[in-house]
Amino acid sequence: MTHAAVPDTTASARPSWVKRNKLAIAPWIFLIPALIFFAIYVVIPIFQSLWLSLYEWNGLYSADGESTATWVGFQNYAKLWDDPNFWTSLRNNLAWLILFMLAVPLGLFIALFLNQTVPGMRFYKSMFFFPFVISQVVVGLIFGWFYNPDFGVVGTLWKAVFCEETTNILGNVTFTCSRPAPDILSSPEWATYGIIAAGLWPQIAYCMILYLTGLNNVAADQIEAARLDGAKGWKMLWYVVVPQLKPATFIAIVVTVIGALRSFDMIAIMTQGGPFGSTNVLSHYMYEVAISEYGERYGYGSSVATVLFGIMLIFISYFLWQMYQDEKGGR
Amino acid sequence: MFPRPVEKSTATVRYSYQAFLPVALILWLLPLLAIFLTSIRSAADINSGNVFGWPSEFALIENYSAVFTQSAAAQYMWNSVLITVPTVMISVALACLAGYALAIYKFRVALPLFFLFVAGNFIPFQILMVPVRDMSVQTGLYDTIAGQFLFHAAFQTGFCTLFMRNFIKALPFDLIESARIEGIAEWKIFWYVILPLVRPAIAALAVLIFTFVWNDFFWANVLTQGESAKPITAGVRALNGQFVNNWHLVSAASLLAAIPPVACFFLMQRHFISGLTMGAVK
Repeated sequence: MTHAAVPDTTASARPSWVKRNKLAIAPWIFLIPALIFFAIYVVIPIFQSLWLSLYEWNGLYSADGESTATWVGFQNYAKLWDDPNFWTSLRNNLAWLILFMLAVPLGLFIALFLNQTVPGMRFYKSMFFFPFVISQVVVGLIFGWFYNPDFGVVGTLWKAVFCEETTNILGNVTFTCSRPAPDILSSPEWATYGIIAAGLWPQIAYCMILYLTGLNNVAADQIEAARLDGAKGWKMLWYVVVPQLKPATFIAIVVTVIGALRSFDMIAIMTQGGPFGSTNVLSHYMYEVAISEYGERYGYGSSVATVLFGIMLIFISYFLWQMYQDEKGGR
Repeated sequence: MFPRPVEKSTATVRYSYQAFLPVALILWLLPLLAIFLTSIRSAADINSGNVFGWPSEFALIENYSAVFTQSAAAQYMWNSVLITVPTVMISVALACLAGYALAIYKFRVALPLFFLFVAGNFIPFQILMVPVRDMSVQTGLYDTIAGQFLFHAAFQTGFCTLFMRNFIKALPFDLIESARIEGIAEWKIFWYVILPLVRPAIAALAVLIFTFVWNDFFWANVLTQGESAKPITAGVRALNGQFVNNWHLVSAASLLAAIPPVACFFLMQRHFISGLTMGAVK
């Protein structure tokens, strides 16, 4: 407590309790609106979800306003264990996590490429960042069309390489292809990778902007000193530049992990989890289970959400621990 | 500077770098350029498989006006505005207050509370979905504009508070100290000393939250069902179903949905990037 004491303006009368404790009361007055709001919509629902995952509930209430949920204990989790769709989703989540990490080095690579001062550089930097600004729904639609084997970019390029255009007697153009064009989003093996590739596009842009900012603040004298010592290229990058980019790398990893585990929009737009559930991830599977045309299964959905939350919590704890170390060191 | 500036290299390197830049940019934005070209083509071009070639006729105005006349796109856009603007105002205002409290006052739970806001900002949406949806149904907020902006405002308060607290923490503490010695009331210090100083942070948060909420898709699906309260992101998906295989209209609608955040980014670029890269430098 290093604050200066509040000076007594009236020396005779003792100041009121509120006046004396104003430094203890004031923060709560400032905090209360945000805390209440945050508690209602974020903190309390987390616990409600955890609790609901032990119930079976279709979301309905009986006439007297009582919820129709019935207690099933850990049965939802037992069902989850035997649910092949759950395991597919979990495996895909892992694929997202691993492959999404490519955004970090690729973002660094593009940032290094763009870290120059030729005329018009500002324009190039903002255009490279562009994919991050547009909604994932739009990115999903763009790539859904991009991958289309009939009239998308992939299909058109394929035709140019593998197909021969022939005109039949009636004058109609037909294509004879040595190999049919790949329908990436309809293939159970490839669809997930197709979506991840689409998701990487804006994520690389995000990592790039983090690294561009980081590169701006790399100590020039250290670079020069290392240059005098004969360091260059990869060695310079790895031993001199990358260590100085540590804060940017940390944030890039945080946002990429969160982005990978939150992936929902692209999947909902591009495949809706199909074909045959092969592109589901936990976030999308949860939505599909909880709100589907076959009736609502809030309890089972909540158990899927709880698993996802548990995975996320591992990362969140690590991030918070890192931030805590910084806070301690920072003062 | 790393890598070595091209100005210090030979002329060949310099010119080839400058020549390669636009090529790289076109490759990077190829999906976007392709969809833009599609959005100005006529239906005939699409059906005959003319994807990369020069459009046989330009249908820019026809396609974009068709989106508005043949669908509820205008309504969706307006809904998005009605959802995002109050979200930005509420969450930034709450975060100014909370960030001030967490940065300036030294009380025992300041750090745990701060971490609560940070953690809340990282959690998966799905863990909130069922209770928030149920609560909205119970309170009559389901399928309304208010139901969406109240939730977004509460959720974004986490990120905004994280941002504001760190921003205020970096201000010189002497300012507050001396104001206190002058005997100025705490709320007056907040209003007259701190608020004018955090204006750049407010601007950065406003553009970021605008973009995040405008681009939201998940909650639009969870908290709405009809046309009346659907924002443009969910609307575009509905249009996608409606305009099956009319790719020129789907792409026009998608690009329309992207215009406000893109405009926001280009107008407030400096604030946008400073907000996004907060913490990327020490």
